[in-house]
Amino acid sequence: MTAVGPVDARTRMATDPFVFFGCVELRQALDKTALDERELMDRIEEVPAGSIFYHTHGYFLRHRPVTMAYGNDFARWVALEVRDQALAERLALVDPFEFASLEDLREELVSIIRDHLATLSSVPRVEFGEPFYFQESHVVEVPLGATARSLAEFRAGLAGAEASAIYFHMVEARTRLGRHSGDFAEWLRISLGMPELAERIGRIDTYMTSLERVRAKILSLVDEVLES
Amino acid sequence: MIKIDDYRQVAPPGTVDVILKLAERVQGRRFLHLSGGRFGGGAAEMLRTLVPILADLGVDAGWEITGGDPVFYATARALQQALEGTERLLTDEALEHYREMNRINAKKLRLEADLVLVHDVQPASLIADRPSVGRWVWRCDFDCSRARRRAWSFFRTLLRQYDGAVFSLPRFIRRIGIPLYVIHPSIDPLSDKNRELTPREITTIVGTLGVPLGKPLLVQIGPFTRDRDPLGVVNAYRLVKKSHPVRLVLAGSAGDDRESLDVLSDLREAAQRDEDIVVLELPPDAHLQINALQRAATIVLQKSLREGFGLGAAEAMWKGKPVIGGFAGGLPQQIVYDVTGYTVRSVEGAAFRIRHLLNNPELIARMGAAGREHARRSFLTTRHLTEYLALLIHVTDGRER
Repeated sequence: MTAVGPVDARTRMATDPFVFFGCVELRQALDKTALDERELMDRIEEVPAGSIFYHTHGYFLRHRPVTMAYGNDFARWVALEVRDQALAERLALVDPFEFASLEDLREELVSIIRDHLATLSSVPRVEFGEPFYFQESHVVEVPLGATARSLAEFRAGLAGAEASAIYFHMVEARTRLGRHSGDFAEWLRISLGMPELAERIGRIDTYMTSLERVRAKILSLVDEVLES
Repeated sequence: MIKIDDYRQVAPPGTVDVILKLAERVQGRRFLHLSGGRFGGGAAEMLRTLVPILADLGVDAGWEITGGDPVFYATARALQQALEGTERLLTDEALEHYREMNRINAKKLRLEADLVLVHDVQPASLIADRPSVGRWVWRCDFDCSRARRRAWSFFRTLLRQYDGAVFSLPRFIRRIGIPLYVIHPSIDPLSDKNRELTPREITTIVGTLGVPLGKPLLVQIGPFTRDRDPLGVVNAYRLVKKSHPVRLVLAGSAGDDRESLDVLSDLREAAQRDEDIVVLELPPDAHLQINALQRAATIVLQKSLREGFGLGAAEAMWKGKPVIGGFAGGLPQQIVYDVTGYTVRSVEGAAFRIRHLLNNPELIARMGAAGREHARRSFLTTRHLTEYLALLIHVTDGRER
């Protein structure tokens, strides 16, 4: 798994190619809804971890710049349907990528709602809006056909990959597949022997941004190396 | 015939390649759709697009329809209305006849497939005669969350025999006890209803319909029923007209029931008293006319009080129009408030938002552009295909994850 070939970043070749995958999400409804903030908290405590993932990390895949304003489905629902701006703001600030596990993330969400409810004399609920419908998803992996052995090939593959590839390799790989620094960083570090570039890519903030912006940031970091 | 590659020009980058890769995994698998008919809107309109493309992709895609006598059709229609929440008389004899007709259908149809997707009510009881192999999933295109108890009690016994169900929205779902998937319906961007038209085509078609241009055009397309609230739209228009020279076009079809005739009569009366109100009764195949009217519109309205998914909003967004919709069915899911349009709860709300947009024309352009991108990502045939292929893989491969 160590890099071979010339030391120059432009010509260095990896032993194991990077294989680009995209993904498609098949959504599944759970038989759980919430009509007020206490129900939201209770359901968050009991739903499968996959549902927490769907409503937090998955927001990054489903929402595009025109609709991405709340960071996760819970904050969006509290803001738009319950119209409790204070809780919405607190939930919106939860960065799912900061948590080591989905259980830690679940605990943080529950704790925020519990703290908020403790300050109120009544539980805010939906009056005219929609209930919160809990869902989870099945992710179908899609090999996109592109592979890379060099940094230049990696750049070309990333630039042309369907947007879900960014999500798959940066989010799905980290959170559900246990590859903690993400596939891009891991391959650059282990297979291409570029730990500095890997570290910089691993530090990209994927919270509250779009897949295309993340792609542009990675390409920019790769270009810096290729042009140096 | 339209090919999958034709969608490269309209789908988000890379989408067609993802579809091709997904299709590679299910080459030759039989994916059978069962529905009540091949004509009209809704499920049939989407299947007319999806089934040929799936076949072109190498999937053994099929589409069979159920038939029967007038009592069968009437019972299936009444059953669906009851599942949608309307009180209907359903006798045991009629329900047994519905099942018996589908037992006869089962003998005539080739039902063997890796995945059978059964659309809506008419073919639903075919599940009783499912072959020993293959997975069966019920596809529900309407809202059955408020189903009448007796109808639901009967229908639930059928649904429990399925391996899963697909609903258009979580809010349309009622508990069944089988896996419930969520897949939005879609519009075909290359069909006559949604394809690009030149300015000249638009002017010609709209002119043929007798709609003068020259004033900002407010357009609502849809059946002339109280659920779609065309009279509320007229009242909103009248509030707007006090301050803006606008023209209103209400285009759609009227049923032969009392309610539709009353609504149409009221609309005609309103149009007789105001030359800026145009009421157009269109035949079911007036796809190009609807396309041209939506493209000629300044603002598209869909002020429904009750609605299914309401794909008219997606059609209008695809044409770069801001949409003002009622808070019903799938409209709040499609219209991103203050980004691609507005959802409103009253005549006054509709009038306020129309005036707001007319007074800020830069918003009309901005929302139109945002709406087109939103529709491109979320409501086109290509997104629907990826999800149907994912469903085929998921239920016939075993669980992905």
